[in-house]
This record gives sequence, C-alpha cells and structure tokens, in this order.
Amino acid sequence: MNNFIHSSLVTALARLLIFPGLLFAVPAAWFFLWVERKAVARMQGRIGPPFMQPFFDFVKLLGKNTPARNGVGGALMKAWPLIAVSAAAGAVGLLPVLPARGGFEGDLILLLALLEVPSMCIIAAGFSSRSIFGEIGSAREAVLSVSYNIVFLLAILSIAAAQHTFSLSALALLPPSFLRYLGITAILVCLPAKLHLNPFSLPNAEQEIYSGPLTEYAGPELALWELSHGLEWVAATGLVATLLAPAFAAWWISAPVFVALSFVIVLLLSIVAAATARLQIDTTVRFYWQCTLIFAVLAIATALFARWRG
Amino acid sequence: MKLWDKLMCTCRRRSPWLFHMNSGSCNGCDIELVAALTPRYDAEQLGVRLEGSPRHADILVVTGPVTHNSLEAIKTVYGQVFGPKAVVAIGSCPATTNVFIDSRTLDGPLNLHIPVDVFVPGCPPRPDAILQGVVKAAEILAARGNNLAVEPVVMPLVGPGCGADCACVKIAQRAVSEAGHE
Repeated sequence: MNNFIHSSLVTALARLLIFPGLLFAVPAAWFFLWVERKAVARMQGRIGPPFMQPFFDFVKLLGKNTPARNGVGGALMKAWPLIAVSAAAGAVGLLPVLPARGGFEGDLILLLALLEVPSMCIIAAGFSSRSIFGEIGSAREAVLSVSYNIVFLLAILSIAAAQHTFSLSALALLPPSFLRYLGITAILVCLPAKLHLNPFSLPNAEQEIYSGPLTEYAGPELALWELSHGLEWVAATGLVATLLAPAFAAWWISAPVFVALSFVIVLLLSIVAAATARLQIDTTVRFYWQCTLIFAVLAIATALFARWRG
Repeated sequence: MKLWDKLMCTCRRRSPWLFHMNSGSCNGCDIELVAALTPRYDAEQLGVRLEGSPRHADILVVTGPVTHNSLEAIKTVYGQVFGPKAVVAIGSCPATTNVFIDSRTLDGPLNLHIPVDVFVPGCPPRPDAILQGVVKAAEILAARGNNLAVEPVVMPLVGPGCGADCACVKIAQRAVSEAGHE
C-alpha cells in the first residue's frame, strides 16, 4: 500500500513537472505563441517574428521594473497571475498523453475547473487594477465566458455522460463516434473565445480599450500573464488533441501524435484569427447563444440517445 | 550572473515594445510609423510590437512639436513607462519644432522636457529610417539596462542615403546643442 502511494505520487509529480507538465509545457507554450504570431504574419504577407521571440519577450519582461503595489489590492494584483499560471500548468499536467499512467475517476471535472481559473483570474485582475479599461475588459471577459462556457461544458460533458465515465484516460481510449466528433466541433468553435483570439478578442481588444484587464500590469507580472496565456493554449489544444487522437498503446507514438495534433489545431485557430475581424460584444453573445447552442443541444440529445440504447 | 546579464541584454535588444504618443503631430509621422508595421516593412521581424498600454512598453515613440496641451500628458506617459526605457523622437517636429518654430502654442522641442535617446529627422521620415531609429534605441536600452546613473546617449540619426553633411543631421545636432544651453 505504502509502495503504491509512493509510486503514484512519483507519477503525479512526473506528470506535473516533466511531461506533459512544466518541462514540456513551458517551451510548448512559447512555441505555440510563436506559431500563432508567425501564422498571422504569413497570412498577412509578412515574415513575422523570429523563432525565439516569445522567449525574448518573457526574459525581457522579467528584467523590467514593476510599480510598487500596496495593501490588499496590490497583493491581490500580484497573486492573480501566479494563480493563473499554476492552474494552467496543473491543467496541462492532467492531460492523458501517456495512456495507463496515472489519472483518476473525475479528473475531467478537475481539468475543466482548472481551465476556467485563468479566465476568472483575468476578470478579477481587471477589477482589482481599478483601471477603467481593465474594468471594461473584465466585464467583457465575464460576458464572453458566460456565453461560450454553456456550449463548451455541455459538449464535453455529453461526451463523458454517453460513456458513463469522467476519467480522461478512459475517454481518450474510446473508439471514435459521431457524438465525439460533434463534441470536438463544438469545443473548437469555443476555443477562439477561450483564447481571446479574433473574431472573439473582445476582452483584450487592443487600441480599443488599450490592453483590457492587463492594462495596469508591467514587468514580471505581465510575463506571467503571457506564460499563462501560452499554457492555456497548450491545455486547450491538448484537450482537443487527446479527444481527437486515436489510442496507441506505446507512449513513443502517442506523445508525438499529441504534439502534432496540437500544432495543427494551433495553426487552424491562428488562420481563423488572421482571416477575421473583431466582432461586437452583442454579436458575439448572439453567436454563442443562438448559433452554436445547436451543437450543445445535438450533443446532449445524442448522449441521451446513446444512454437509452446502451 | 554574468550569463544572465548577457541573456537579458540580448532579450532587451530583440524585443522592443513601442508605445506611440502624438504630441500635436500633423499625422504625417504617425502614418509613417504605422507604415513601418505593414507587410512592406514588417517591424515584427525585429520583435517590435505596438502596445496599447504604456505600462507594457520599453520604447516611447513621440511625434509632433509638443504643444502646451500635450506637455503634461507626455510627462505623465513618460512616467508610466517602466524602466529600463528609451525615447525615440520621430520627425523634425520633436527635434526642432520644424516649421512651427517660435509659435506661441508650443513648448518644444521635446528634449527640453524628457531625455530623448534617438532622433529620426525628416518631414516625415521614411518608415525604414523609423525602424533604424527603433533598433538603435533598443541597442541603447540593452547597453544601458537598469543603470539610471548613465546619461542618455543623444544620437542624431539619419535616413538612408543621408551623408554627414545632410541638412537633417545638422538640424538635429543644432537642436541637441540648443537644448544643452538652455
């Protein structure tokens, strides 16, 4: 028993810190941020930033001065990016890239909760910065998160409910079905809003409300926000990649397949972002509540049907 | 520690984030600055990003001859940019107040009020001259780092094709020496 606890603790730590955790996720986050910028640049007929650019930006921000922040408000402003980064890193660590290595019943719920934390931190950060632009950005982020999360959560939960399991590794091993592809489509429609990409880049709408919730952040705190955004990329695309990837027994096949699928999804999202313009807040909300809710309804109906039959 | 400083120097040089401030410019230089970000010149290759918030920026880019109304705003924004920082003055207006010289509505030139590191003369300067100025400012920033005791290097910068005897160099040099006398 003691031995079992010991080995599962080592596995959990390895997943959190090595693969797919921090050691893999931080370079992957920088890589995905670069792919996004490069893809947008190529779509616009530009050359785009050099490969190491997100790393340069991160280190440079670490070396900048920060404003003195006093009192409870200041402490909170310092805490939000830290919470966001650790939650996003935890979400990446939960991804079942290597099948049959750890994972527990209900880790899907934990993953969904952790994926939600960075967005909540951004909302809280905007309000605690007490900047008018931050508050507008936070209000937009809150409205956006209420809109896309209905579809996002219903799609994932209907996949899980149809198979009677909340375990990620069990879901990753399931055979492909119509419901699964329906759910993946719904999740893909929600990802641009989750990652603040065009056409749903309302919360950080640059040149319109400056930088939204992050207007008052500078230096290392801003670096942490950039990192948490990159980790959100890894976690969100990784979730789709695990649902999409066919199950392999060998880890040395499943890990590259996971990385390749994530890369394709990042490329797809960046191309959509480069090809579209920012929508107004009411158009965005209407899009999610009226147009994409059909995916969620279809997914739930299929899940109920599958349960009734099986 | 030495290695970290070296890395930091490279990163500062390779990642200049700009904040653009208009101090009563006629919009000519502003358009040229935006042109520097377009596909033809593509400043993002050099790591340049035009930021919405002065808090995020490393380099403050100022256009215009510094009117009375904009002076306080310039000082505020200069204070809002966190160090290490550099200032680039784009166009002949912030360097000399240009054709508006002796106007009673002006408080220019810019270097009477905040330390300017690089002048990019021209009315308006070409986008490639602006890019050259930004790169120069990033190099100054990287070399200077957080050491605020070091005096800012004032460097008149020329457009491509300008020799040392070009009028724009002389104008910029005169502005620098006049600012020193007052």
